[in-house]
Amino acid sequence: MFLYVRKHPDVLAHLNKHLNFLRPHLKQPTVSSKVFIQRDYSSGTICKFQTKFPSELESRLDKRQFEETIQTLNNLYAEAEKLGGKSYLEGFLACLTAYTIFLCMETHYEKVLQKIARYIKDQNEKVYAPRGLLLTDPIERGLRVVEITIFEDRSIGSGR
Amino acid sequence: MKTCEYQQIDPLALSTPTLPPYDGREKREKPRRPRRKWEVFPGKNRFYCDGRIIVARQSGVLPLTLGLILATSGLFFIFDCPFLVKHLTSCIPVIGGALFVFVVITLLQTSFSDPGILPRATPDEAADIEKQIDNTGNSSYRPPPRTKEVVINQQVVKLKYCFTCKMFRPPRTSHCSLCDNCVERFDHHCPWVGNCVGKRNYRFFYTFIVSLSILTAFIFGCVTTHLALSTCFCPCSDRNCRHSSDINIQNLLVICFFSVWSILGLSGFHTYLVASNLTTNEDIKGSWSGKSGEEVTNPYSHKNILINCCTMLCGPMPPSLIDRRGFLPMDESVQTAGTDIELPTVAPKSEINAVGGSPQLAFVLRNLPFLCLYSPKPT
Repeated sequence: MFLYVRKHPDVLAHLNKHLNFLRPHLKQPTVSSKVFIQRDYSSGTICKFQTKFPSELESRLDKRQFEETIQTLNNLYAEAEKLGGKSYLEGFLACLTAYTIFLCMETHYEKVLQKIARYIKDQNEKVYAPRGLLLTDPIERGLRVVEITIFEDRSIGSGR
Repeated sequence: MKTCEYQQIDPLALSTPTLPPYDGREKREKPRRPRRKWEVFPGKNRFYCDGRIIVARQSGVLPLTLGLILATSGLFFIFDCPFLVKHLTSCIPVIGGALFVFVVITLLQTSFSDPGILPRATPDEAADIEKQIDNTGNSSYRPPPRTKEVVINQQVVKLKYCFTCKMFRPPRTSHCSLCDNCVERFDHHCPWVGNCVGKRNYRFFYTFIVSLSILTAFIFGCVTTHLALSTCFCPCSDRNCRHSSDINIQNLLVICFFSVWSILGLSGFHTYLVASNLTTNEDIKGSWSGKSGEEVTNPYSHKNILINCCTMLCGPMPPSLIDRRGFLPMDESVQTAGTDIELPTVAPKSEINAVGGSPQLAFVLRNLPFLCLYSPKPT
């Protein structure tokens, strides 16, 4: 079977024009800016984020809603890192088995991280996406920041 | 349309470099293998077993450590255990075996796990931090050291900016120059285990050195007992009688003697660090010793030895932040430079067709595979 190559400049230009037209539909909504909520180290090295409301979100989001989200996240991280009888027991048993149980079972921290992921997904669907915002799970940023992406208003309709 | 020129191409000739557009098409047709994050990790670490195992670039003297442990334990099991089982109790090899397994497992866990590496800041994060600190438009040749002060439990702590990772280091985090990573609760880079010791693997390291000191003390004790008992049980009346295994036992004794003191000393030092919730780094620098005369206390200590120990050794296990086995997002791995026509052929054609358009467009889209072979005539 022989293949045919068509040497025609007009077809390429035509194709380019249509592909450029098609491309915006395949791209994500346009990102206007990103806001980073930094960690709050006043209580030590535990995972806690600042609840100060950033000025960039004033036009999009209610302050109370934002504080509630961050406070819930802080509470969840505190639950993950809580020192108590249960965590000590888990740690002690792990020590006896030379920490090999960490290879087999899910730790308490990992279970809470999944809970946090579900909470963030839920918040994005109910609160942030309708306002053209997107919360990124802090674990994807090394637990350094809570990243809030602000999308341009006009591209909300074509978002996923 | 203009008159078209058609050129027949023999598929067998496709392997020759005379037809670059077709070669490009061949490459694009192969689906890109999704890459894992460890393959693009910026630090100087090496990964094995598809990202499950992480080690520093230089393994240091880890093979020596393993070799010494294996050799000492091997000699013990071969030369001492048979005698001691016969004259004392058969529990000795059982205890020795259990300790040996414990030591090796904790050593491998210390060497092969993520010590608490902080992933580097994304470009957006780095730009945001730059914006916040560089408001003065500093034009001096050398930028001043960037620090930020936070108050932790009524103690002022300075956070330094890491120029490599482009972020302010959290408290107790330090950048390891050997691994080129910021490590949380950085203790030290241990060449004996060939990895950094940090937040995530400190408990493995501590358990390793404590169990190793118990093992060496145990072997030392058994060897001494063996020597003492073999002198008593020796049927030879000659006092200068030398058995062939005596040399081996004596060598073992020498190794054990030096190991016991150095490892016991190290275990004792780290027990002190655990009890006061300090890291080796902080202890060496004297961060909380108040050397300048001011009242400084360790803001991270729980002020209770038992709670400090429990926190360090039995506290919740923090997760790995680098997600080395996660997959890279497809838009990062599929990005290709080049001509406009290079839309990935794996893109859902149904999506494109669903957009609709003119019959001309439909013709173009139906013939996309063939039109991709098009190469503009050089003018």
